[in-house]
Amino acid sequence: MKRHELLPDISRPGRIGCTLPDLDVPSSEMPSEELLREELEIPEVSEVDLVRYFTALSKLNYGVDTGFYPLGSCTMKYNPKWHEDVARLPGFAAIHPHQPEESLQGALELMFRLQEYLSQVTGMDATSLVPVAGAHGELAGLYMVRAYHEDRGDSARKKILLTDSSHGTNPASAAMCGMEAGVVASDENGDLDLSSLDSMMNDEVAALTLTMPSTLGLFDPKIAEIARLVHDRGGLLGGDGANLNALLGKARFGDLGFDYVQLNLHKTFSTPHGGGGPGSGPVCARQNLADFMPTPLVADDDGRYRLVSPPKTIGRIATFYGNFSVMVKAYAYARSLGEEELKRISEDAVLNANYLKENLKEYYHLPYDRICMHEVVFSGKKQKAKGVATLDIAKRLLDYGLHPPTVYFPLIVSEALMTEPTETESKETLDEYIAAMKEIAREAEENPEVLHSAPLNTPIRRLDDARAFRQLDLRWEMKGRENSGG
Amino acid sequence: MTCRTERMTDTMPLPYLPNTEADRKAMLRDIGVDSVDELFRDIPEEFRNPDLSLPPPLSELELKKELGRLAGSNVSLDDYACFLGAGSYRHFIPSVVDHMISRSEFYTAYTPYQAEVSQGTLQSVYEFQSLICQITGMEVSNAGMYDGSTSAAEAAMMACAIKNRSKVAVLASVNPTYREVLDTYSRGKDLPLVTVESDGDGLPADCACLIIQQPNFFGHFEPIESYVRKAHEVGALIIDIVDPISLGIYRPPGDYDVDIVVGEGQSLGIPMSLGGPYLGLFACRKDYVRRMPGRIIGKTVDVDGNPGYVMTLVTREQYIRRDRATSNICTSESLMALAATVYLSALGKTGLRRVAELCYHKAHYAAREIEKIKGYSLAFSQPFFKEFVVRCPVPPSRINKALLKEKIIGGLDVSHLVDDGLLLCVTEVNTKQEIDRLVKTLGAV
Repeated sequence: MKRHELLPDISRPGRIGCTLPDLDVPSSEMPSEELLREELEIPEVSEVDLVRYFTALSKLNYGVDTGFYPLGSCTMKYNPKWHEDVARLPGFAAIHPHQPEESLQGALELMFRLQEYLSQVTGMDATSLVPVAGAHGELAGLYMVRAYHEDRGDSARKKILLTDSSHGTNPASAAMCGMEAGVVASDENGDLDLSSLDSMMNDEVAALTLTMPSTLGLFDPKIAEIARLVHDRGGLLGGDGANLNALLGKARFGDLGFDYVQLNLHKTFSTPHGGGGPGSGPVCARQNLADFMPTPLVADDDGRYRLVSPPKTIGRIATFYGNFSVMVKAYAYARSLGEEELKRISEDAVLNANYLKENLKEYYHLPYDRICMHEVVFSGKKQKAKGVATLDIAKRLLDYGLHPPTVYFPLIVSEALMTEPTETESKETLDEYIAAMKEIAREAEENPEVLHSAPLNTPIRRLDDARAFRQLDLRWEMKGRENSGG
Repeated sequence: MTCRTERMTDTMPLPYLPNTEADRKAMLRDIGVDSVDELFRDIPEEFRNPDLSLPPPLSELELKKELGRLAGSNVSLDDYACFLGAGSYRHFIPSVVDHMISRSEFYTAYTPYQAEVSQGTLQSVYEFQSLICQITGMEVSNAGMYDGSTSAAEAAMMACAIKNRSKVAVLASVNPTYREVLDTYSRGKDLPLVTVESDGDGLPADCACLIIQQPNFFGHFEPIESYVRKAHEVGALIIDIVDPISLGIYRPPGDYDVDIVVGEGQSLGIPMSLGGPYLGLFACRKDYVRRMPGRIIGKTVDVDGNPGYVMTLVTREQYIRRDRATSNICTSESLMALAATVYLSALGKTGLRRVAELCYHKAHYAAREIEKIKGYSLAFSQPFFKEFVVRCPVPPSRINKALLKEKIIGGLDVSHLVDDGLLLCVTEVNTKQEIDRLVKTLGAV
């Protein structure tokens, strides 16, 4: 098999990658011709070729198991292996969502306990596990906000405030909820600008949504004042909990004045990111919003677990009950931790980020020079002045066998390098990263050309995005291939 | 170092926290603070270090036992015969699927922002997009959505954007849970949702799209050509919700001039897992590709001219376009799309056709045998694939209870939609013996 071959290239007529049983019932007359397809052109591949093909592909990937992956706001922590085993137990994997509840008591009990646990850890009154991703949880939260105001007869509130450092999903979710997004500026410390909020927070605003700590990796010490201001003017305070890894056991969204928060179990609770999902994005809310949660929730009815619908639910947001197998892994993780361990996770995550910050701030511009939380955002503007872009720095890191941080985000930092080490990395790993980043800073001074041409040691070199966009090639076709057998 | 037992249990470290006390001290010294608590000083003191009253931690050994107990108290369908469908389907999954998606280079990576070290994910998504186009007969596919119902809801919003209209029409025979999700999403966007009865009358002239399901919720085929014509006559798009397994033998939506195809991809090698993670399929005409939600992977070349793959058309996406993005979707179900890719490759054209044929013949055998039982009849006379509604002589809930006693998970009770209706699903996994046992038990109720 050659490196650039695709499935249709290794297809040969008559091959197959699995066995299937013979028909064991009398056959029936087939439907009329007009309902049937003429041809089905998909590749025919032997099992061994299939395994080699996908194994070869996997080797072109970089994952947490490959090495350090400090992608900011993504919390690329280690994914415990045994979680994969328990999620695949037949009693969890081979169960149908429409089975009678009495045949699902173990699964529902696990969901109930996870709901309770997440409510406890976030300081909220109720949790819905239905949202399947962070942005899905955000959307659920905003639907709840809208339903809450409409229920109070206050339907003029059509605006969602968010900060200029917020994730792109925040304004996109607001738009999907029929709301207009208003942007509150950040102040010179990277925190929310209180006077800007003061001037924007009026009776058209449904909610302020805040990532805490922010995407700058900063905890806003004015949080109580912010919550008070929003609530005094009839608004709600929503949390984007993407960065909960900084706060486990250290502070709770409910205590801080948030009315709801959406979590990312695939970040904070160690479930694998899967190359872009499956995730799980539970939404946790205080009593005032609990009645509006997406359906269904799991209730404990005297030791019998049942799926129930909250009285004023926003309705269904997914076909079934959420990403159950992800919940199993998150629950396994949660129960591996006591209070001490939970705190330790955030403490080490924050310690690791500050260690990177202190060791690299001489070499890379640090826009906000203060204690950071679980991530630190540098700017490549010193290097940019020498003609080296942040993209070059990122690509050069690949040559050192390291995954780059999130780049060019948050948008308010020019040439941003948003770096989140997580608690699962050792000091040695951080030191290796620090050494590479120092070396790259030196190269930017002395040999910028090597950065412009990076990466050199990867399976493929820099790709032509413009061509991909201009000459759209989004699929192969089977027709006209020599090996297709006609 | 002393080794007193009471100390040992207190300090059993977590395997996921490699920093030693000596590391922590050295790092704190470098940072210039005395304690880790100082790093949390931005959190107002009144909120810091709350008491959580969490139970003590459990070890891997203990938790496996505990989770084994929870899993064991569910009825696993490996042990029971099952005739449930209605949006989640029990199909055979060759072991090769799980082995491939268990390569941790796949499952411990994230969104392929750094294409040079993500070609495994990117190339496999290009394969996925191609395979979905091949089976649906559509021109372009995205990298996958959350599930079938959210795909349908996003397709409706996309149609409204394309047509610059706000009304969404949905055929009454679409899966009611999909209809509920459509309702939530369209209410959020202030897009009125109109139900159209099965004769197609009442299709509003100003609707952006008509959503149909083929085969429909009750398992049988809709006169799709007539709906396509009616929708196009009023300038609306047609959105077809498909069962990908049925496409092993049935004419694909691309042959019917459908505009957007969505569907539940769970049947393609993904376990039922109580309803998730699943996979939303999403394909459409090439003309609409710039209005599509979700990630799209394109083929290009690197600086040396070697072929490679990147995320493309990213200006549609939330991380670039923010509130003007086509959707808020970011993390989706990438690993499930990989499962579907491996599944379709393992089956190939012979295998996919055979699975569809097995479903067809077994379902029709079951329907025929049930029809012979006194008091039972088929609720619909139209052609069906693997699901069908049976009218029962007693309430379906009673029948399901009786079946459960015989270690059979019955069908979905749809008596609120069809009088005494029970929606049954038969796939290649159901043996003749299971079907005969079902028939026998039904006859005895």
